[in-house]
Amino acid sequence: MTLPVSDSEVGSLSDAAEDAPWVVIVWNDPVNLMSYVTYVFQTLLGHPRPVAEKLMLDVHHKGRATVAHGPRDAMESIVTQLHGAGLWATMAQDR
Amino acid sequence: MRPFRSRLGRFTAAFDPAEATLLADLVDQVRTLLAQRCGGAEDDPLAGLTGMAVGPSTPPDDPAVARLLPAFHRDDEGLAAGLRMLREPEVIAAKDDAAVALLDTLPRGGGTVRLTEQTARSWLVALNDVRLVFGVRLNITEDATPPAAAAADPRGPEYAMYLTYRWLSTIQESLVQAMLGDA
Repeated sequence: MTLPVSDSEVGSLSDAAEDAPWVVIVWNDPVNLMSYVTYVFQTLLGHPRPVAEKLMLDVHHKGRATVAHGPRDAMESIVTQLHGAGLWATMAQDR
Repeated sequence: MRPFRSRLGRFTAAFDPAEATLLADLVDQVRTLLAQRCGGAEDDPLAGLTGMAVGPSTPPDDPAVARLLPAFHRDDEGLAAGLRMLREPEVIAAKDDAAVALLDTLPRGGGTVRLTEQTARSWLVALNDVRLVFGVRLNITEDATPPAAAAADPRGPEYAMYLTYRWLSTIQESLVQAMLGDA
């Protein structure tokens, strides 16, 4: 008898084989309001206000900030939601 | 227009009839841009069989639509194309839902808008999408400086567009401040 294999276990096997963790990067944009970016980081990413504000300021001053890291599927989902909210986000493998 | 404020767990603002008409029109235009993008997807036999919505693999030609639907990866074009096909329909659906929620809660003849937390989120997204399109069309580069084309002629259409952009920014800022509890 075999125990059912969950999706996350399958994901982690392939991840372990070849994948470094993935990250989500948000890029600076002249249109998005600083307050709105903070709000999105709080509500979509679940960051507390001070963390959300620090990340927003990093985006503003440094041109980019890494806002999340984890397995590829989860990062894909976060980028999808950030695009839905109008932020300029990409994902990359954290080598 | 009276900007948004938080009041008894609701977010309220007031719009003149002409302002309500303008806002509805602008949100409709973004919906149309995105709907045209959906119609541009390649015919995919797999989509026909499985019912799964698949988007196009290439970025939009219109730079404003391209800003609404950015690439998922900066360097890996193959990955970006694959993720665009899989995920773009979801992104468009989220934007369209937000636009529809705004249109459903905006009194067409003007008047008071009363939003719950959920509809207020939709307003933020829909207002932001209109501003992103304006940002590309006006070539906005700095947060508080009018673009050269708008500044060149204060009576020209570009300047009027710039004023509309600033107006949308004021509405969005007042709503997000009310939601962040800073109002």
